Amino acid sequence: MAPNGTGLAHYGNGEKPVGPVDYIPRIRDNYARLGYKAYNWVVNRDTPPWAPLRKPLSQCRLGLAASGGIYVAGQVAFHYKDDISFREIPTDVDTKELRATHFAYDLSDARTDPNVVFPIDTLRRLVREGFLGGLASRFYTFMGGIYSSRRVSEDLAPRLTERLLEDGVDAVLLVPV
Amino acid sequence: MGLVARHAEAAGIPTLCMTSARDITRAVNPPRAAFLDFPLGHTTGKPHEPDLQRRILVEALSSFGTMTAPGSMKELPFRWSEDEEWKAKAFAEGDDRTPRHDTPQYQNEEDRRRAEQGNSPSCPICRS
Repeated sequence: MAPNGTGLAHYGNGEKPVGPVDYIPRIRDNYARLGYKAYNWVVNRDTPPWAPLRKPLSQCRLGLAASGGIYVAGQVAFHYKDDISFREIPTDVDTKELRATHFAYDLSDARTDPNVVFPIDTLRRLVREGFLGGLASRFYTFMGGIYSSRRVSEDLAPRLTERLLEDGVDAVLLVPV
Repeated sequence: MGLVARHAEAAGIPTLCMTSARDITRAVNPPRAAFLDFPLGHTTGKPHEPDLQRRILVEALSSFGTMTAPGSMKELPFRWSEDEEWKAKAFAEGDDRTPRHDTPQYQNEEDRRRAEQGNSPSCPICRS
């Protein structure tokens, strides 16, 4: 983090950007400017849970959940205000039917190639190549940017986990934006 | 997304979280993460570069076999551009967020028409 806690100052004065961008100060400043109450970032200091992969990837069925706001044409699109719904995307979907909607990133690339936030073609290719054993029959998408971490922990995360268990995946790839 | 990762992992499903926001992911501390230092909206690659997209996912997914410590983050060996000017731009642009309406935000009007007609694929909405 920059010495004064703002992302702007970090790269001011013609300095060359070095290292990864710090988003926490940037987003905090944006929320303050919009007049929202301070966002409480989730900070977990404990050791995360751990489930080891039981077999090689070439024998695994992979699931995917992505928060880039992808939907299939014909589905109800996401909205921009704490949308905790998710969409089920069949993994044999025609990529041309995928759409992107989101309030927090530049959608222009995702709308011409959804693989930048929802790597459907990439994963299907990795199955054809034998790198992965297979894919779940459905993937999941949602919005992210949900203000209440409690609603994610108590609602969205358990519902998604329940689906992933039903789908019998051996591992899951998670793609935020 | 880190919260979803932790929840799924606690239920016995191994997870890998891609990320382009290293500080946010470090704070949430998911079981496994792979950091791609690209602008937001490109968590799994550049558009129309399927070979690069493939290399990124192969590098990332390999973490399932190599990571042994909960909370590990792999830094993926790809750069968006030589000069990294996009990072300065990410800050100079300031607030680029669109208003937070609570009605569906369609990519185009044809999508709205199709959704409102209700001839959508299976399970269009999975609400609580």
